[in-house]
Amino acid sequence: MARKLPKKDVVIVGLGWTGSIMAHELTDEGLDVIAIERGPWRDSPTDFPTNYMQDELRYRIRHELFLRPDQTTFTFRNKMDQTALPIRSWGAFMPPNGVGGGGVHWNAETWRFAPSDFVLKTHLTERYGASFLPDDMTIQDWGITYDELEPHYDQFEYLCGTSGTAGNLNGQIQDGGNPFEGPRSRPYPTPAQKQGYGHTLWAKAAAELGYKPFPQPSGNLSRAYTNPLGLRMGPCTYCGFCEWFGCGNYSKASPQTTILPVLIRKSNFVVRDNSEVTRINTDRSGKRATGVTFVDTSGEEWEQPADLVILSAYSMFNVQLLLLSKIGQPYDPAANTGVVGRNFTHQATSSVDGFFDSSKFNFNPFIASGAIGMCIDEFNGDNFDHGPLGFVGGGYLGQVQTNGRPIETTPVPSGTPKWGPQWKTAVRDNYLSSLKGGSIHASFYSYRDVYLDLDPAYKDRLGRPLMRMTIDFHDNEIKAANYLTDKYAEIVKAMGAHQVDKKPRKGPYDITTYQTTHLNGGAIMGADPKTSVTNRYLQSWDVSNLFVLGASAFPQNAGYNPTGTVAALAYWSAAAIRGQYLKNPGPLVHA
Amino acid sequence: MHSRRALTIAACAGTLLFLHPLTWAHAGESDPQDFTLVEKGRSLATAADCVSCHTVPGSGKPFAGGRPIETPFGSITAANITPDRDTGIGAWSDDDFDAAVRKGIRSDGARLYPAMPYTAYAKMSRQDVIAIRAYLNTIEPVRNAVVTNTLPFPLNIRMVMRVWDSLYFTEGEFKPDPQQTNEWNRGAFLVQGPAHCGACHTPKSLLGGDKTSEFLQGSPLQGWYAPNITNDATRGLGNWSVADVTAYLKTGHNRISAATGPMAEAVSLSSSKMDDSDLKAIATYLKSLPGRPENAAKLRPDDPMMMAGSAIYRDQCSACHMLDGHGVPHLFPSLAESSVAHSDDPATLIRLILRGARSVATKDEPTAPGMPSFGWQLSDAQVAAVATYIRNAWGTGTPVTPASVTQARSDLRKRAD
Repeated sequence: MARKLPKKDVVIVGLGWTGSIMAHELTDEGLDVIAIERGPWRDSPTDFPTNYMQDELRYRIRHELFLRPDQTTFTFRNKMDQTALPIRSWGAFMPPNGVGGGGVHWNAETWRFAPSDFVLKTHLTERYGASFLPDDMTIQDWGITYDELEPHYDQFEYLCGTSGTAGNLNGQIQDGGNPFEGPRSRPYPTPAQKQGYGHTLWAKAAAELGYKPFPQPSGNLSRAYTNPLGLRMGPCTYCGFCEWFGCGNYSKASPQTTILPVLIRKSNFVVRDNSEVTRINTDRSGKRATGVTFVDTSGEEWEQPADLVILSAYSMFNVQLLLLSKIGQPYDPAANTGVVGRNFTHQATSSVDGFFDSSKFNFNPFIASGAIGMCIDEFNGDNFDHGPLGFVGGGYLGQVQTNGRPIETTPVPSGTPKWGPQWKTAVRDNYLSSLKGGSIHASFYSYRDVYLDLDPAYKDRLGRPLMRMTIDFHDNEIKAANYLTDKYAEIVKAMGAHQVDKKPRKGPYDITTYQTTHLNGGAIMGADPKTSVTNRYLQSWDVSNLFVLGASAFPQNAGYNPTGTVAALAYWSAAAIRGQYLKNPGPLVHA
Repeated sequence: MHSRRALTIAACAGTLLFLHPLTWAHAGESDPQDFTLVEKGRSLATAADCVSCHTVPGSGKPFAGGRPIETPFGSITAANITPDRDTGIGAWSDDDFDAAVRKGIRSDGARLYPAMPYTAYAKMSRQDVIAIRAYLNTIEPVRNAVVTNTLPFPLNIRMVMRVWDSLYFTEGEFKPDPQQTNEWNRGAFLVQGPAHCGACHTPKSLLGGDKTSEFLQGSPLQGWYAPNITNDATRGLGNWSVADVTAYLKTGHNRISAATGPMAEAVSLSSSKMDDSDLKAIATYLKSLPGRPENAAKLRPDDPMMMAGSAIYRDQCSACHMLDGHGVPHLFPSLAESSVAHSDDPATLIRLILRGARSVATKDEPTAPGMPSFGWQLSDAQVAAVATYIRNAWGTGTPVTPASVTQARSDLRKRAD
């Protein structure tokens, strides 16, 4: 029997980016807020000290900051007729854990989605006709527009101090920025980061081919910055230990550097760490959440009653908690009914390695940051004519080499032996004069047979069914990968590489090799309760005092990194709660 | 019926009236109805930071005493100064209170130990002290019996303090200097009196008395070194403007430095809550105090310790404190301009390197940046080299010896704080 705690106004499940943003907004509103976080408390100077954080073995290879699979994991299969097996060591993605969540160990690439991404189904149908899309593709519009989200993108970028060069200021195209981006109301708060030699040469070659290269928007700051909450950040030192690591230099935007020190000073906020929420409780009608139940590290079960429940865990855990709590109709791909677990997607990244004459090129690849790099956006979204190409979607192409870390930075031309003296010689010869991390960061659209549900066989330590991932690439994504990889290779060739190794994404979807942690969908937002879990404000259609934040809301994934959009949606949802919901609790959209 | 009830109420009221003098928490002549007096008392009590020593941190019982105060002679436990009649100061007269605060004499006639800074509080007037009393009378009384005298023999004999007082204690209120501005005089009063800056920042004799000729020129403190806060060029506030000093006291941070250790607590509980005009007065006064001539010779860059220290600095320190030593304003302290780096006694510098530190969070500067510990990573010789480099790269400072780092490491091992 769970022990009941005193009621709060708001309970927040998961204290990463979205939980921190929501906690800050709702405590500002005067509400009494508790956040319940599965992992430990983490803080910059004590948990990410500059003098041991740069430990590739501990953090990258041994996954120090991530969830331990024996706490909970997922099962995986490519196809619906296969038996899914549990993931016992993380590979394709890294489930975050602990205060700050993925905001601790991200690269801090801070993109906005394109205006057409939010109205994707409508846009593509209008341009190419409905029959152009594959039959089993289940893409849909988001129920909001870029223009509605713009103020909240802006809010997040100014929270983070994002470094970049504007490409479209209030409709005016700007030199040096991304000419394809949606109009932004203000310039970036800080100028773009300085670029390395490799990034610069790549941009020069891209420009000579007629593209418009621009610096990647970066949450690793180009200069010191004080955010609107009064928190101070320092300039990035280009140490090259961003993704997989926390930043002890106060130069990577994270909940720790941009929100938490202010949040924890508030008397109407508390956090309970090392406590795992096991379900959202509802009343007898099933239409109202009464709070959550969680377990602490002693196995003790607690009930935290609250008037408002904010589900802000990692995307797949949001979906799992909805399913375990029996909120919303589970998706059934065979009957094509239900919504929870539907439109699950990931990313479809490809890469190109370039090898250069070591007597002429020295890229010093270790001088880098997680979001450094030069990109082009000509092949993203629908910025190019897909008519003759036979696929939809795309991604940015970027020379975004983020590090030259010793264990993993062993670039060798294809054909080199995998081990032994020849391999060692090739690593030595190519370390400084090769470009790895040629990033093709492409969209992954949604399909009827890519989804999440509760595994019928495997359970976690608490006896709860694991989340089952059924996911594979479809021809559309593979075609896009080949096309974009060829375009990228042309640029590397133009830089003067003597060998160009193309690595287009291939099927089947591989769970063992890291791609990105951008798993999306499963609890998507939309305009119609028959095809979405939440309304446009991320409010559950079924339980109006439950809001579901995070990338689980994406109906499909775009060709950009998701965090900017995840955070902007959290601000958008918070504004709706503050401006509308609290005045008149209940459904904000009547379907 | 009605009359009987009325009678009962009247009887109760009579009982209450009768009990009032016994149960009401405040005592003495000071008037708890006098907002002006209470507010003046709150302001002075804040400057005097009474709450720091007289509260067990985290207990939620302000002024209830029980916190051990570390002195070079042993610990002394701070008294309960809430208005509780039995265990606090509720039964004291105003004269008793005044004698304790300004003369170091307890209501039973026993001598207080100068961990209670009556030597500084003596600069206040009786009216000032009565105002503090009036404020303390508004605090919730807490029943908490405290055994204050925990010193070893013979210091536990309070009579000993008579001798000490005759050596180091001068009674007498602050006398304004008519040659100076009102602001300077206000600052001098606060610094010498209620704020008792000298308790930490003035060097002490072997018996723990102030070396008055070296007023505020720096002193060792609980494993730290409370730096010189006169206008001394490199060891003191010479590089700081009045605005820098004010910002530091108000927010714990400024373009040069950040408050850590005991000063973090002083900022958090006291100076951040003081009036801006008082902080500016303090800054004005401190900036008027002359420094001392430099006596350390600057080490040459090719000195072996400087060369080793420079390499370690570049590798371990420069990412935050920058190659030019100027850091990032309000985030990473400027070592080039830091009195911590250039103090005669490098205890704080060594401690920060060995242990790291967390700076104070305040409303205006909530970031509270911290520095990691390097003690596990650098040897004593390496710590000595990098500390020597930091002291001599942008100013002067006597070299730090590996032996002094070894000693500091061993001393710090015994300290939980």
